Amino acid sequence: MLMNLFKFKGGVKPPSNKAQSNHLPIALAPLPSRLVVPLHQSIGGTPRPVVSAGDTVLKGQLIGEADGWISAAVHAPTSGTVVAVAMHVQPHPSGLDALCVVIEPDGRDEWIARAPLDYRSLTPEEVREHLRQAGVVGLGGAVFPTHGKLTPAKTVPMDELVINGAECEPFITCDDLLMRERAEEVVRGIAIFRDLLQPKKVLIGIEDNKPEAAAAMRAAVDALNEPFSVVQVPTLYPAGGAKQLIRVLTGKEVPASKRSTDLGVQCFNVATAYTAWRAIAHGEPVVSRLVTLTGNVHEPRNYEVLIGTPMDELLQLAHPHPDTDGIVMGGPMMGFLVPDMHVPVVKATNCLIAHDDRLFPPKPPEMPCIRCGACAEACPHELQPFEMYWFARAKNFGKTQEYHIFDCIECGCCSYVCPSRIPLVQYFRFAKSEIWAREREKNAADGAKARFEFKQERDEREKAEKAEKLAKAAAAQAARKAAEAAATAGEAAPVAAAAPVAVDPEKEAKKAAIEAAMARAKAQREAAQPKNTEAVTFEQAHEMAEIDARREAVAPASPLPPDATLP
Amino acid sequence: MFAPAPFLLKDASVSQVMTQVCLALLPGIAAYAWLIGPAVLVQIVIASLTALLAEAAMLKVRGKPQAMFLSDGSAVVTAWLIALAFPPLAPWWLVATGTVFAIVVAKHLYGGLGQNPFNPAMIGFAVCIVSFPALMSQWPSVGLQLSLVEQIDVILGLAPRVDALTGATPLDALKTALKLGDGSIDVAHLLANQDIYGNFAGRGWEWVAAGYLLGGLWMWQRKLITWHVPAAFIGAMVLVSGGLWLVNPGQFANPLFHLFSGGAMLGAFFIATDPVSGCTTPRGKLIFGAGAGLLTYIIRVFGGYPDGVAFAVLLMNLCAPLIDLLTQPPIFGMKDKT
Repeated sequence: MLMNLFKFKGGVKPPSNKAQSNHLPIALAPLPSRLVVPLHQSIGGTPRPVVSAGDTVLKGQLIGEADGWISAAVHAPTSGTVVAVAMHVQPHPSGLDALCVVIEPDGRDEWIARAPLDYRSLTPEEVREHLRQAGVVGLGGAVFPTHGKLTPAKTVPMDELVINGAECEPFITCDDLLMRERAEEVVRGIAIFRDLLQPKKVLIGIEDNKPEAAAAMRAAVDALNEPFSVVQVPTLYPAGGAKQLIRVLTGKEVPASKRSTDLGVQCFNVATAYTAWRAIAHGEPVVSRLVTLTGNVHEPRNYEVLIGTPMDELLQLAHPHPDTDGIVMGGPMMGFLVPDMHVPVVKATNCLIAHDDRLFPPKPPEMPCIRCGACAEACPHELQPFEMYWFARAKNFGKTQEYHIFDCIECGCCSYVCPSRIPLVQYFRFAKSEIWAREREKNAADGAKARFEFKQERDEREKAEKAEKLAKAAAAQAARKAAEAAATAGEAAPVAAAAPVAVDPEKEAKKAAIEAAMARAKAQREAAQPKNTEAVTFEQAHEMAEIDARREAVAPASPLPPDATLP
Repeated sequence: MFAPAPFLLKDASVSQVMTQVCLALLPGIAAYAWLIGPAVLVQIVIASLTALLAEAAMLKVRGKPQAMFLSDGSAVVTAWLIALAFPPLAPWWLVATGTVFAIVVAKHLYGGLGQNPFNPAMIGFAVCIVSFPALMSQWPSVGLQLSLVEQIDVILGLAPRVDALTGATPLDALKTALKLGDGSIDVAHLLANQDIYGNFAGRGWEWVAAGYLLGGLWMWQRKLITWHVPAAFIGAMVLVSGGLWLVNPGQFANPLFHLFSGGAMLGAFFIATDPVSGCTTPRGKLIFGAGAGLLTYIIRVFGGYPDGVAFAVLLMNLCAPLIDLLTQPPIFGMKDKT
């Protein structure tokens, strides 16, 4: 394919370590003893559980309902019994727990009724809703709900649809194997995205260290007679970052402050396209994904794994060496050591690397920064990491933002090249989380302040309104009294008729306000305290009503119009 | 287990960087020892030992890990630059004083490795040339034939420091001749006739400078330095010296002479490129290099000192933070704006 490719600045070339795991075909991981399916597996709202302990579920049955538009449903990965809906430690560096549906498989792996859809007969809204219900999310690792990215921008024409098959992280080969073995379904999935977004061009980017995958994709594109371009891009980490791949294929640079659709381009991972096709054409929600098992193991390989499979159980398939002391989820550049070996595989899990000190030696001690600028040379976003490091260390977070810390994609290139072995990315994560925390605190304080001010304003307004109303009522009453007095006195007392008008309306209003407040306080007291008149028999109630009626007949009428007592 | 990503690290370290800088100095040092005399090797040993002792003492005082910082090689690089910048027959205590000042004051009192606002070696040089101008101007005379032992005796003060040992440097000779001359002396004539001049600059010294150039190009090829500082340094020097030479070739030496005389090549590739005290942005490095080159020329031709690299670099060190601040490059995706 002859095409003018662009370059992004920076990048590094770590040893790829892909050959270990890409020579064997994809294998199916056996059913684990138990599945722990976290409900929150995508960006956006946490799905609400719709099953409870004791329920039997079928494979593909909805167990977590999408909450909000940016959210994706979660499904039972196999048939069995829900053992619990409970908190469970997550595959996240924080080591925090989150709500999971724990399923004991019944061994039958029995599907729900699956209905293929002819998506061409549906409106785009219906297709997007179907993908949302099928739990289709970005499988490149960001797990952003796919349907949320399938609406073209209204103002900017969609120029390019970029499909990411670059897989630039060392060790990971799941996208490579997916493209080699299931290229046709990937291409069919891309066609769905194309039909929804209507781009002028579709560009499939694959790093040039995966010639088999590129050949398979080309063959599939030709077989399906699609006008997609399969482009081999130079192998340079992080060419598989969405922004870098967009840059390489289209020349466009998407800053942190913009969405790619603002520039007329959208990007999806190949595995996302594959699951979208399975969801539409086979009615299969996302209940499994391909996971590379590699690192300190005897038999590295790619497996199709049910979501919720405990990682330690899964890793046994690859026969880890006995000195394995941890599991890295993701690649060696951006992955993390899982806090607990039992954590489940989730939709974001593309690779598990058995960790040991031979593979990833302990880090040498951190030296002072010598400002050599190697990090700036390596940064694909052309930032000045050593400056951000300086300010992050000093907790001068405002300055880190001036140096565009939020444009940092945490790819790890700077840490990789630093001769002083400074864990730069860690400093940037720290700075970002501090900035977010401060923002949250500030927002909370601003909110409280706004609520307080609004309440004060409302109280003032109500007071003023009440005073006005009372004044009016007092005046009206005075006039009425005067009229009555005039009526009784008749023509004999013409001067008296004018007398009540002389009553100070302000004083009257004050008096009325006090009375009203007392009445209100009494009403509140009565409302707050249980009355002995509650829970009475019908006969008693009848009796009480009669007494009340008698009392009312002898009592003088209320001195105020009834509405005046109600603020 | 605290092990944040990335789990893979490139094989790089501060000591590797410093070792490579020392390796890059070797061609120049070899030419120096061969053509000017082996005394420079003695000075390198004296400066290195002094630097390591001063470093160890300061690390102890500051409560820093000794092994890690002594092995980083930064003190050795400073020591080598001092040894190469000082006159090779300077008394041992002069070199030691410069080195101690560089390590103790210019480096550690400012916070140690990575924290010094000024180039430590050039601070050491500047302190000594201001304090001991006579000793710092005694360069070996051309064709001086002294054995290594005799040179060591001079350095250690065991042999008398006689006038015959020293002579003018090519830059000195040129300056003096032009100043003393009645205007009839012309540079081309001087360069052609005096025995201290070689093929295109000072005899012997021209090849030392060529050695630095070679080592500098190797550092560039190894990506230890970028092209910006040396190119701007040399470019500025060529521009200003070439301009004046074209206007008045009788009063001004040609650019080639200036580039290969004094500390120009050492300064362009090894001193102005110090990342700690220099600029870090690409445009900043160009400004820094050009400023240092220009100031070097101005000081050596119009100023009171025979050469100007040290003061030029120190003056530019002063400006580096501001230059960096004003030359921040646009980031990915923000190149259209401003």
